[in-house]
Amino acid sequence: MTEIVFVLFAVVAVGGAIGVVVGRSPVASLLSMIATLASVAGIYVLFEAHFLAAIQVLVYAGAIMVLFLFVIMLLNLGHDYRADVKYGLWYLLSLVVVGLTAGALLQGFMGTGATGVRGDGAAAAAAIDAVVAEKGVVGAIADPLFTDYVVAFELTGLLLLVAIVAAVVLAKPRT
Amino acid sequence: MLTQALLLSGALFVIGTLGVMVRRNAIIIFLCIELQLNAVNLAFVALSRYTGIEGQLFVFFVMTVAAAEAAVGLAIIISIFRHHETVNVDKFNFLKW
Amino acid sequence: MTGVGTAESAMTALAGVLSPSPSAPGSASGVAAQAAEQWEPLLPGLIVLLPLLGFVLNGILALWAAGHSSAAVRAGEEWNPFAGPSRPRTHTLPTLIGPGVMLLAFILALVNFAGMPADLHDPVIRTYWSWIATDTISVDAALQLDQLSMVMMLVVTGVGFLIHVFSVGYMKDDQGYPRYFAYLNLFVFFMLVLVLGSGYATMFVGWEGVGLCSYLLIGYWFSDRDKSDAGKKAFIVNRIGDVGFLLAMFLLFNNFGTLDFGPIFAGAEGQLAVGGTTVTAVTLLLMLGAAGKSAQVPLHVWLPDAMAGPTPVSALIHAATMVTAGVYMVARSSVLYALAPTSQAVVAGIGVLTALVAATIAMQQYDIKKVLAYSTVSQLGFMFLAAGVGAFTAAIFHLVTHAFFKALLFLGAGAVIHSMHHAAHHADGHLDEQDMRNMGGLGKFMPVTCVVMWIATLAIAGIWPFAGFFSKDEIIWYTAAWAGAGSNPFGTLYTVYWAVALATALMTAFYMTRLMVMTFHGANRTGAAGRSHIHEAPRVMTVPLIVLALLSVFGGWINVPDALQESFAGLFGVLPMSEWLHHWLEPVTHAAAQIQIAGFGEPAHAAPPGGGEVAWAMISTLAAAVTVAVAYRVVGTNKYVPAARDPGPAGVLRRAVYNKWYFDEVYDSLVVRPLLAASRWCWKVIDTVVIDGFVNLTGSFARLSGWTMSLFQTGQVNMYAFVLTLGVLCVLGAAVFLQ
Repeated sequence: MTEIVFVLFAVVAVGGAIGVVVGRSPVASLLSMIATLASVAGIYVLFEAHFLAAIQVLVYAGAIMVLFLFVIMLLNLGHDYRADVKYGLWYLLSLVVVGLTAGALLQGFMGTGATGVRGDGAAAAAAIDAVVAEKGVVGAIADPLFTDYVVAFELTGLLLLVAIVAAVVLAKPRT
Repeated sequence: MLTQALLLSGALFVIGTLGVMVRRNAIIIFLCIELQLNAVNLAFVALSRYTGIEGQLFVFFVMTVAAAEAAVGLAIIISIFRHHETVNVDKFNFLKW
Repeated sequence: MTGVGTAESAMTALAGVLSPSPSAPGSASGVAAQAAEQWEPLLPGLIVLLPLLGFVLNGILALWAAGHSSAAVRAGEEWNPFAGPSRPRTHTLPTLIGPGVMLLAFILALVNFAGMPADLHDPVIRTYWSWIATDTISVDAALQLDQLSMVMMLVVTGVGFLIHVFSVGYMKDDQGYPRYFAYLNLFVFFMLVLVLGSGYATMFVGWEGVGLCSYLLIGYWFSDRDKSDAGKKAFIVNRIGDVGFLLAMFLLFNNFGTLDFGPIFAGAEGQLAVGGTTVTAVTLLLMLGAAGKSAQVPLHVWLPDAMAGPTPVSALIHAATMVTAGVYMVARSSVLYALAPTSQAVVAGIGVLTALVAATIAMQQYDIKKVLAYSTVSQLGFMFLAAGVGAFTAAIFHLVTHAFFKALLFLGAGAVIHSMHHAAHHADGHLDEQDMRNMGGLGKFMPVTCVVMWIATLAIAGIWPFAGFFSKDEIIWYTAAWAGAGSNPFGTLYTVYWAVALATALMTAFYMTRLMVMTFHGANRTGAAGRSHIHEAPRVMTVPLIVLALLSVFGGWINVPDALQESFAGLFGVLPMSEWLHHWLEPVTHAAAQIQIAGFGEPAHAAPPGGGEVAWAMISTLAAAVTVAVAYRVVGTNKYVPAARDPGPAGVLRRAVYNKWYFDEVYDSLVVRPLLAASRWCWKVIDTVVIDGFVNLTGSFARLSGWTMSLFQTGQVNMYAFVLTLGVLCVLGAAVFLQ
């Protein structure tokens, strides 16, 4: 059952990704992207990462994508997509390089697979499940986040603040 | 299921890479970059099932950075558009030597 | 080697003397802990720190004054600190601070001296902090108090204090008054570090520090090109000697793994063969350092030029203390020198050669300070002769008495120059205030200076009962005794040294009398306009002169030889303290004496050639007295004319001597000019063509490759992504396929 759901999500995700790349209109690409993000969120659920799945839908598919949509509509980009994709020699070259990358990734993932991962998979999964059972889905993430990784967390907050200020300064029309 | 997830992650990543290479619309390039980030996130989540909760934490941080990046990047696109009336990256070569 | 057994037993005895705690051999703290039970010195660190404090305070005042001066210059004026109704604070406070810290340091030194037990065998070491601590070398910032450093400390602080007081009068009208005292205090600080340091490394700090202060004070009037050049010359020539010192330290460290005196001297006899290559190399290299610092041939050329500094500086640094550092160092390393008879012969040879050369030059100089400078070089030669014949006590003894009478001579000359300076202001035309041909008959105007300088002259000439008689007589006597020592391989050589030393001693009497006669007697040659302005020095200058004169008279009585005690020279037993200094320094020189006796047998305590000790003492003092009298007659009848009308010396020999045996000219053509030519070649060829060419080539290459790379910057975002991915692919491919 899980495999079937995974394949379903995977097909939608890859299809959406291709849609992003080939979509003629920015809005079409954006909608494909949302489909991809949603299916990846689904796959997160399959991996028992419920909190991240929720965040994915809320923040990514919700907030960030809507921000993109606002910008597309603000700039009124719905029409100028005649020469958007670079076909020809460049396209072939890019395909070759990307194909090679895909090959390298395939080699890496297939060759090692799950056995290449250090540690006992079943034990780690059981440990995560135990923590989730004890602290809840959010608590399992929040606990290390606010203890072991609190400095990184605070720095991320600072980064967001800087980004907000930068965005305001950049987007503000110069008078 | 880990191998499949990693393969899916790789597929999403290369598709995103291709998009960055062949598209001219800055916003779509941006979307493709987000796609790449998502591919990596997927790999993190899949692997976290086998190594520990830290993988999920990293996804959290990646999302934050992506959000910050989207905010700043879109602001830059708006700022450039205001000057050049286009988001075609081929026209943006004014930082060239 | 006469007998292994003797050497071994001597070594055990030596080890027992120098390192009393067998549990921690070579550990400074162990030795200090042991000695602390015997005697607790009173604040030895403060003695060193007081002059440093004076330097800091005077330095702040000097910077303050410099601020005023530069502000005035910026405003287009010239700052005159003495223009106002009263001297500014910056020019009054150093009067208290400079001599004040010296007085306190001297009192502290005296208290320590009084408290030091006579039977103290081990040096007391005070460790303050760990200066260098690595796996291989560890050096502590530590002070070592023993009999030798105590003597040096008393001389440095005592004579130093008197010279500081004299300076108050001498430098009164100088703009850089606070700067002068800052340098002078700093010098004393480094000098104390030098004599109190507990190892060669610490000593080297002081060694370099006094070199720096010497440079600063020679070039004190730096706006005068000649004077700043003289400072540089002193510094560079000293540098040559320092190479020797450094190499000697490396060798010592290589052999002993430490630079502290205690372990080195304790282990020297066991680890180094008598007359072996290592110990000979070490001692010769140390001697090179000492020759640089103490102005011995062939590195003596800087000292006469160093007279460019203010005269009290010449008295303190270039007569009484710093230039004797080399003697102190040799005496401190007496154990090493005792192990190297060849080095001793070299040291004595250099000493006696220096004494002779400098004495000849001094006979034909007209600059009053130049005469004294060469006299200093000559007397330092005597000290090295003493060290070379193993009479380390005699070397230190002559160092002490020399500090008294030479400081007195320099300060007296300073008083004369001070007075001539006023005269020169009012003279018609140029008047060289240091040229003795422009003086003459000053005794009438400056009676006190005249009398005290005569005392110093008689002392340096070696006439009984003045201080110089005892010290110089002892050196000459030891040279003869050493020449006759049982198995001395260089016996004949030392006999030659003895003869030369005797002749030089008589020359000393001659040139000093010539100086006195030309300066104080006969008709005055200053000229009517200047003459009326010649006057006796103020009391702040004459009082130190009188104190030093007393020391020049009685200073020699601290070491009346036993053999002379009952004779006329010892006032038939009335003079106190028979061989007091000898006994006092016994713990320091004992080890060296043991080695020498083991190697050569006893020095010939029988009389030197031709008679007994008393007879020779009488002969030498009579000869000196006769020389003084003869010189008085000869020079007195010599009709000198003022420098402006003097054609200079006639005759080849006189001109050669007048021109200092052409040492400077020879160095100029043999060393300086070739070096200059080589440097120019390096500049024009090596630097401009080869190195610059290479640098320019790399620049061109970077520019070319930069231009090539810049072609990649197309401004095309897609292409950037493409290249980026390609790069990632390469890394990824390497990671995956090359595992």
